[in-house]
Amino acid sequence: MRGFAKLAWIEIKLYLRQPEAAFFTLFFPLILLFIFGSIYGNEPSPFFNGRGMVDVSTPAYLAMIIGSVGLLSIAIAVAGYREKGVLRRYRATPLRPAAILASEVIVHFLMTLLGGALLIAAARIVYGLRFPGRAVVLLAGFTLGAMSFFAVGFLLASVARTARVAFILGLVLYFPNLFLSGAAIPKETFPQAIRSAGKFIPLTHVVDLLQGLWFGDPIGQHLTEIAVLTGLLVLGVVVSAWTFRWE
Amino acid sequence: MPSPSLAIEARSLVKTYGRLRAVDGVDFSVRAGEIFGVVGPNGAGKTTTIECLEGLRMPDGGELRVLGLDPRRDGRELRERIGVQLQQSALPDDMKVWEALDLFASYYRDPAPWAPLLDRLEIGDKRNARFAKLSGGQKQRLFIALALVNDPELVFLDELTTGLDPHARRAMWDLVRGVRERGKTVFLTTHYMEEAEQLCDRVLVVDHGRVVALDSPANLIRDLAGEVRILFTAEAGFDPAPLRALEGVARVERNGDRVLVAGRGDRLICVVINALDARGIRFRDLRTEQPDLEDVFLALTAEAGLDGGAR
Ligand SMILES: Nc1ncnc2c1ncn2[C@@H]1O[C@H](COP(=O)(O)OP(=O)(O)OP(=O)(O)O)[C@@H](O)[C@H]1O
Ligand SMILES: [Mg+2]
Repeated sequence: MRGFAKLAWIEIKLYLRQPEAAFFTLFFPLILLFIFGSIYGNEPSPFFNGRGMVDVSTPAYLAMIIGSVGLLSIAIAVAGYREKGVLRRYRATPLRPAAILASEVIVHFLMTLLGGALLIAAARIVYGLRFPGRAVVLLAGFTLGAMSFFAVGFLLASVARTARVAFILGLVLYFPNLFLSGAAIPKETFPQAIRSAGKFIPLTHVVDLLQGLWFGDPIGQHLTEIAVLTGLLVLGVVVSAWTFRWE
Repeated sequence: MPSPSLAIEARSLVKTYGRLRAVDGVDFSVRAGEIFGVVGPNGAGKTTTIECLEGLRMPDGGELRVLGLDPRRDGRELRERIGVQLQQSALPDDMKVWEALDLFASYYRDPAPWAPLLDRLEIGDKRNARFAKLSGGQKQRLFIALALVNDPELVFLDELTTGLDPHARRAMWDLVRGVRERGKTVFLTTHYMEEAEQLCDRVLVVDHGRVVALDSPANLIRDLAGEVRILFTAEAGFDPAPLRALEGVARVERNGDRVLVAGRGDRLICVVINALDARGIRFRDLRTEQPDLEDVFLALTAEAGLDGGAR
């Protein structure tokens, strides 16, 4: 543990010193919230099956944060560290290699949580967000979704030689995930064909899981999502462990 | 077999990259308390060797002992006790100088206070600067500070003065000597022969992944660069014959009143001066021309030329 806590703390500071990363994680969801919130408000509406737009969108935006941190932030950060030689320098110390990677996971997870907390606080204060579900269960689902996407981020960082390539790969995956999953645009607006296609988009399962848990669905109703995300997590971890390079 | 007075033992070290044998059966040992230098052309295998010793690359063959540990198996324990400056590495762009030292110090059981280190490396005024904003030489100094932050028993410095101005280079030599005076061992690589000559107790010359020579700079120069030349101005009527008979003298040449005595050996100059003195031969403007390590380097690695790295 020696050094690990300090590394995590410095990584948090570094994260917040990069305006782009902080923007995507912390502020972009707020901007969407305020745009759509100002148009639709949060009154229960038949279009959202009797729910308010903000109540439905908030868990979807949580999924969006998870997607952007996993597919963009982590992939770019880790590939960039390798490309520049930061990982080499860290590895020439007694710090355990796993601790270096774990600190990336922890820092990005904390930032994801912070982004989620800001979003929820803003939605609650401005639009009177309602949360009928159970916080612990929601947090568990959120954590599962985050870890799955972080594992994919590590996978991208493993196959990409440079931060640029990681960025491009990340974007190529991020946009379909963002727009077809219902994370950014409510699924209720999609034609049926796109909704069916969305089942093949990993982030859809995070959106479905988090929306379900947000409204207090029993976990048993979401075993498919849980299975898909667990599978993604295992796949990401195994493939990145196989292909990861320190330099 | 491991001996406490040896900081490093390498036997038949081999490291290959695909078909390239970057390190091809290298043997040497480094005594505790020594400043040991490695020189060789670009691509000779210096960095590969040093990174095998640090446990950062896996050798394909041979025996390695570093501080009594096997870098392949005991890498973590080893890195606790060594300091490492890599030829190529970086820190996160937005990390500040003091944060880097504070962070790296926290990785070790028994770190040295790092504030004095910054002052000694003359980057104390850059404490709050971000890594990306440092000049090349300042980055280099920071990496050297990081290499010393655990007060290591053995420091590896891969091209420690590349990118430093002449003042900083000399300051770095003093720093390295200071490290050795505190009983530590220093293993460095350099492309500056003057540096190897000034600083190192022994120098390993490598080329194409093989050892070409290993000795003290003085011995390398004496053994391999050949002759010492003594030049002086003699008075009219000087007879070179007695000098030619002296031990170690290879030839004596006259050019007007300038005389050149060429030969081998540390004692050549004493022998010549004594002989001149004994015969009452008056001379003035005596100076010696000695080859330096650069001549040795060029002679030993001569055939490689510019494409030495491409095999
Ligand atoms: N990771 C690697 N993969 C493939 N080849 C490598 C790798 N690292 C080094 N090499 C090759 O191995 C040889 C030795 O490289 P090394 O970096 O050890 O040389 P060096 O003596 O440190 O050179 P320089 O003085 O330029 O730093 C070179 O031909 C280089 O191209
Ligand atoms: Mg090198």
